[in-house]
Amino acid sequence: MGRFWSLLFLLVPILGVGVFACAIMTNSAPLYDHWFPEDISAHGYVIDNLFNSIMYLTGFIFIGTGIALFWFLWKYDAAKDPGPVKFSHGNHTLEVVWSILPAATLLFIAIYQMNAWADVKLMRPMDDQGQPVRPIAEVMGRQFEWRIRYAGPDEVLGTPDDLFTVNDLHLPVGEEVVLQINSMDVLHSFFLPNLRIKQDLVPGMRQFVWFKPLKSGQYDIICAELCGWGHYKMKGLVTIEPQENFDRWYAQTEAEQLKDAFAVSDEEE
Amino acid sequence: MSSIPAGSHADTHGGHSEMTVGSFISTYVFSRDHKIIGIQFLFSTLLWFLVGGLLALGIRWQLAYPWSDMPFIGKILFSQEGGQISPEYYTVLFTMHATVMIFFVIIPILAGAFGNFLIPLMIGADDMAFPTLNMLSYWFMWPAFICIGMSFFSPGGGAASGWTSYPPLSAVVAASPGSGQAQTLWLLGVTFVGVSSMMGSVNYMTTIIQMRAPGMTMFRLPLTIWSMFITAILQAFALPILTAAGVMQLMDRMIGTGFFLPEGLVVNNSVAASGGGQPLLWQHLFWFYSHPAVYIMILPAMGMVSDIISCFARKPIFGYKPMVYSISAIAGLGFIVWGHHMFLSGMHPILGMTFMVATMMIALPSAVKVFNWLGTIWGGHVQFTTPMLFAISFVSMFIIGGLSGIFMAATPVDIFIHDTYFIVAHFHYVLFAGTAMAVFGAIYFWYPKMFGRMMNEPLGKLHFFLTFIFLNGTFFTMHVLGAVGFPRRLADPYHYETFRHLLPMNRFMTWCAIAMVLSQVIFAFNFIYSMFFGKAVGRNPWNANGLEWMAPSPPGHGNFDFQPVVYRGPYEYGSPETDKDYYPQTEPPPEEPAKPAVT
Repeated sequence: MGRFWSLLFLLVPILGVGVFACAIMTNSAPLYDHWFPEDISAHGYVIDNLFNSIMYLTGFIFIGTGIALFWFLWKYDAAKDPGPVKFSHGNHTLEVVWSILPAATLLFIAIYQMNAWADVKLMRPMDDQGQPVRPIAEVMGRQFEWRIRYAGPDEVLGTPDDLFTVNDLHLPVGEEVVLQINSMDVLHSFFLPNLRIKQDLVPGMRQFVWFKPLKSGQYDIICAELCGWGHYKMKGLVTIEPQENFDRWYAQTEAEQLKDAFAVSDEEE
Repeated sequence: MSSIPAGSHADTHGGHSEMTVGSFISTYVFSRDHKIIGIQFLFSTLLWFLVGGLLALGIRWQLAYPWSDMPFIGKILFSQEGGQISPEYYTVLFTMHATVMIFFVIIPILAGAFGNFLIPLMIGADDMAFPTLNMLSYWFMWPAFICIGMSFFSPGGGAASGWTSYPPLSAVVAASPGSGQAQTLWLLGVTFVGVSSMMGSVNYMTTIIQMRAPGMTMFRLPLTIWSMFITAILQAFALPILTAAGVMQLMDRMIGTGFFLPEGLVVNNSVAASGGGQPLLWQHLFWFYSHPAVYIMILPAMGMVSDIISCFARKPIFGYKPMVYSISAIAGLGFIVWGHHMFLSGMHPILGMTFMVATMMIALPSAVKVFNWLGTIWGGHVQFTTPMLFAISFVSMFIIGGLSGIFMAATPVDIFIHDTYFIVAHFHYVLFAGTAMAVFGAIYFWYPKMFGRMMNEPLGKLHFFLTFIFLNGTFFTMHVLGAVGFPRRLADPYHYETFRHLLPMNRFMTWCAIAMVLSQVIFAFNFIYSMFFGKAVGRNPWNANGLEWMAPSPPGHGNFDFQPVVYRGPYEYGSPETDKDYYPQTEPPPEEPAKPAVT
């Protein structure tokens, strides 16, 4: 039976690598499209590459330790008379080697991440005058919808001429976009899988996210932090479109909103 | 398949005489005997394990067959929804699954059941330092059981803000159907668990420091005891923070303080009464406890696995002191990594960088432990008994759980996989495939000591085989879901175009999960059947070295029928000093006069 159990443990690295390999080759059945969704951001490839490099490194260790475990179980099965027990309490040199090597590797991995992290979370884009780029819109989380507000004609958020939409974010393609994010009630998380963006929204805390979409299309906005019973349906859509389409949509939405506003002021008179 | 070694001592009832003294109530119910208390913890936690497992099946059912009637029991449980799980109840399911598994199963089964049963036996003491406190540590679990039980029958059907209970969702009653009385009971329940754990940890520390048998120096302690000792220290230092945070949240809810509620909050059209607080404060306080708690949930398992592997490899543990140091390093670093749960929480990104470095470093002692387990198996005489299979699978699975942690420790990568099924895969590999498998191994290993009878080996191996296959079917696939960005805690992820094609894989996982739960029927049967009809054994059925194996099986009140004196460490298997392939800690060295080392 020792043979059987050794082989069972050998299955772990074999099937583990197999499942990942199948999933990465996205066009092969049965795991069609079971890997990273399409990346349409300027920074996303950095994140995907970091994931891949960690995956290859850990995969190497996973396979190595898995095979070592299998081989020791196979070779030193008591039922197969493997020879006298190697009576040993350890080996100082080995301990030092297998402490220092992983320590150096892990430290390297950590330092290797820092630039990417700083680019996505710390270094807000600057305009030509050296000023931080103004947010194009504010995304406000609320149970269970995304309230989106554009600055309107005066280009300042929080003024009466602001433009409002719900769950419908439009952004120009190829531009560096900054969004101001906040929450009205509980925690939410602003997750754009295709843009490799995720940031929790905290009530009472104004935050900014920035990215540069490179491809037009419609993509999901997902809430990734539990926000109540309707968390699953807190779904928005982000439409990335060429500048002229964006401007047309903007003008049209603005006109609709102004029309509604006139109706209100008529009533007031 | 190796046969079970015959017991080396014939008597099975050696220490029973004193057990009959006293009434049934004081002997088996309000018992001050650490062994009875340990077994009480074991029975209670195993029952909660069943509850937690069934809650998990509810989650899996919804993910495989969203909004469809649950067969057989749906009509009874969810009659108001016509047999479906409602989105409100789905949030209850995953909140309570995690709460039950963490606070009522893993923590009390490791510290409460095995800590209690093993510590005095393995260090050669007759009981804990504070037997009455020990009894109270078990009975303080009951208010917790009652609170969480009542939470299920409160409006909303249970607490529903996740096991992490992040405010404002948890702190504002209007925020969710489960944020009313159910959440109050949840907070009280968790606080009672904390009280129980604190009583236990004080007792464990004192017992291990003060009550070791003559000759049992600190560096002759089994790794199980070292891990229990360090876990107790972790508990003692981290728990007060959780208790304080819990009381603060209770006050926010009940008497209108504003620790966690910012100004101007409007939740579900109701204005929060207070303000001026910070939701992130809760996250810091919660994870300052709950990250060390992650190690509270794995270190004792590592210790027990070390003992089992050394015993069935018939070889000393490889690198005993590095093992002790790495347990200590994990515990020390465990206090400065809590922020890795909060990379995307709104915490300052520069803090994220420091927490990333600390988190990467904590992988190091874990790696050292894995290498040492491999080194222990190398060159041994491996006996594939049921406990050994579970212990090996702990190593194999912990490698996966440890390596997947590195992905999430890397802050940029975490941006994408945070709160996806990748993290769900990670902690299930550590906590189920790791700790729970180690616990199964420990039950099979120490069962003869607890009840004087062996569990059935073929059934145990069948249980192992099925659990091992189906747990990987359930949890390994989660890594792939995580890579697609599949978020956790969504009642209907297929609401999003991005995830619609993942339904078949979720169905596969659900059927694996159902099969995994069904496989536990074999364990339950074996556990109960063996208690009455298992093969009766002597003191040392596994030919092991530890002190607990020198006591009668089961040990009577006071544990040892002789004064144990310790001459060596617990892992002298295959020593050239003796003809046997084991060398009990109490056996005097040949030809030298028995002279215990100075403690």
